[in-house]
Amino acid sequence: MSTLKDIRKAIGIGLWFMFLTFPLLVIKVNPVEKTVIWRWHTMFLVGVASFGVYLLSRIVLTRRDARQERIRLGQEQETTKSNLRFFTAPQFRLLLAGTGLLFVLVFPALFSTYQINIMITALMYVVLGLGLNIVVGVAGLLNLGYVAFYAVGAYTYALLHLHFCLGFWTVLPIGGLLGAVFGILLGFPILRLRGDYLAIVTLGFGEIIRLVLENWNEFSQGPSGIADIPRPGFFGIDMSLETAIIYLYYLMICMVIFTIFVVNRLQNSRIGRAWFALREDEIACQAMGIDKTRTKLTAFALGATWAGMAGVFFAAKTTFINPASFTFIESAIILCIVVLGGMGSIVGVIVGAFVLILVPEYLRVFADYRMLVFGAVLVVMMLLRPQGIVANVRRTYPQP
Amino acid sequence: MPPPMEPLLSVSGLTMDFGGIRALDHLDLQVRQGEIVALIGPNGAGKTTFFNCLTGIYPPTSGELILTPVGLPSRRLNGLKPNRITEQGLARTFQNIRLFANMTVLENVMIGRHCRTRAEVLGAIFRPPQTVREERAIVETSRALLEKLGLTALADEFAGNLPYGAQRRLEIARALATEPFLLLLDEPAAGMNPQETRELNHLILTIREEGLSILLIEHDMQLVMSLSDHIFVMNYGRKIADGRPEEVRNNPLVIEAYLGEDPYA
Repeated sequence: MSTLKDIRKAIGIGLWFMFLTFPLLVIKVNPVEKTVIWRWHTMFLVGVASFGVYLLSRIVLTRRDARQERIRLGQEQETTKSNLRFFTAPQFRLLLAGTGLLFVLVFPALFSTYQINIMITALMYVVLGLGLNIVVGVAGLLNLGYVAFYAVGAYTYALLHLHFCLGFWTVLPIGGLLGAVFGILLGFPILRLRGDYLAIVTLGFGEIIRLVLENWNEFSQGPSGIADIPRPGFFGIDMSLETAIIYLYYLMICMVIFTIFVVNRLQNSRIGRAWFALREDEIACQAMGIDKTRTKLTAFALGATWAGMAGVFFAAKTTFINPASFTFIESAIILCIVVLGGMGSIVGVIVGAFVLILVPEYLRVFADYRMLVFGAVLVVMMLLRPQGIVANVRRTYPQP
Repeated sequence: MPPPMEPLLSVSGLTMDFGGIRALDHLDLQVRQGEIVALIGPNGAGKTTFFNCLTGIYPPTSGELILTPVGLPSRRLNGLKPNRITEQGLARTFQNIRLFANMTVLENVMIGRHCRTRAEVLGAIFRPPQTVREERAIVETSRALLEKLGLTALADEFAGNLPYGAQRRLEIARALATEPFLLLLDEPAAGMNPQETRELNHLILTIREEGLSILLIEHDMQLVMSLSDHIFVMNYGRKIADGRPEEVRNNPLVIEAYLGEDPYA
């Protein structure tokens, strides 16, 4: 047993966290009265909490490792399958899908406009996550500048409306198309790159797009942004703000369903298999007759298409956009959605999007500490389940 | 009298430089239709480099690579990208196994069908009847190949979880799925036990009977001598000998390359 060692380590971790959070949680400066409040009790709480969490995670991990070892040695059968039988039965799936659909449909009637707005944002990130999932999760190309394509879509709608008075429905496909064009533009120079280098170049690309939008005033009105972007119309009928938001909500639901449909079909196709293979081994891929250039470019272009369309939705939802909405942190969050949800898994990405967007939203009760708690949740999550919430399952083909 | 048949693969003057190092030096090699040809030589002789040049992973510095399938016009292979070369009918396995470890065994073979099928993005999304048929054909062909290589029971396993010998066989199945004229095997028997090697021997003969030609790199001399119609011996990037197995076996240059120079000579 290594319990004593674990406890020693846990004490160390507790002290370390007390030190790390000291400036944030202990010192409180009141600039009006020019006083400093020392909140020593929070330091104590942080110490105890991190000590406990670490010890708990150690126990969970050790037990899991021990079980894995026993399974490997054949002393214990893998029981997960029978435990999960109920959850994988088709009836259960049908029930789950039915309840989900019903909830989704009546959601606007049950909750306030504020909640609907949050839900629209979450759905937008589902689409973004599924789009990035094609590039990162399936094809294994680490893209840190995904937000650039999102910006392209949003600005496409804003500018085309500003100059040509084009409506939402006309711009939606144009936004997707322009996203794809930019995806290919970015794709060409970086085809040879992999891993870290690819990440750096895509990161740079994302920043370039944002900086251009910020500084090219004649084109994009710079940091002051573009306002008065109309919400999606419905055959020219005037809608109240509330109705317009509910309408947008249902549009987003359709968009998500459409995205899931397309991504699912793509993954289970010749192209999808080639993407997965590309993630596994590029050289073997080429030796099997897969055109690396073309396969990578389609992945980039399709991923960017979805970002472009999500961008159009974003512009329509907020009715005002400026470059500040398209910073690196957005790319990072979308990437988190894919990794946390489970690379390559559609259900995982959807769950991941809801967790990552809704958790910080409902953590607002924690006020100043919500991002701290959020970060802690991410770290714990990755420690306990590095494969993501829902691990990707390979498709099997029934025997003829 | 019929004209002498063009060899299936004809390599002439193949040279490959890495900076100042000449890894392959004016190499000539022919594989005739239906032949099993072995390429042997000490470690570092340039055998795998030769395979990499042949399959387009390295662009050769100079030389000619010509493939002439029976009844079809000759085609020049140098300068083509690896995937184009596979399309021309050259398939390979790798010395250090390069399977798609996190895909199932069946999917690995299905990837091999990629260059013989055509469904694109729109086909994948809308699934017109021809795409559905094509997908079904891919699965059927791949299953048949697994059957042939005795991997059917493992079809839904992850390729990375397979035992070593099965992984080697899967690599061959995957290569066969691309419908090659010539199969390149890079040390197929490495790490196999005698039983597995015997099975491999049998398998290679079966593949030849189906009309394929085989070029293999191998260190297992027993396997090489019993299988090959023709043997090429390389050392320091050059061909030092070639001929039928019994000719090569007694060639003093070959013995020297393998055992070192006789200090008492």
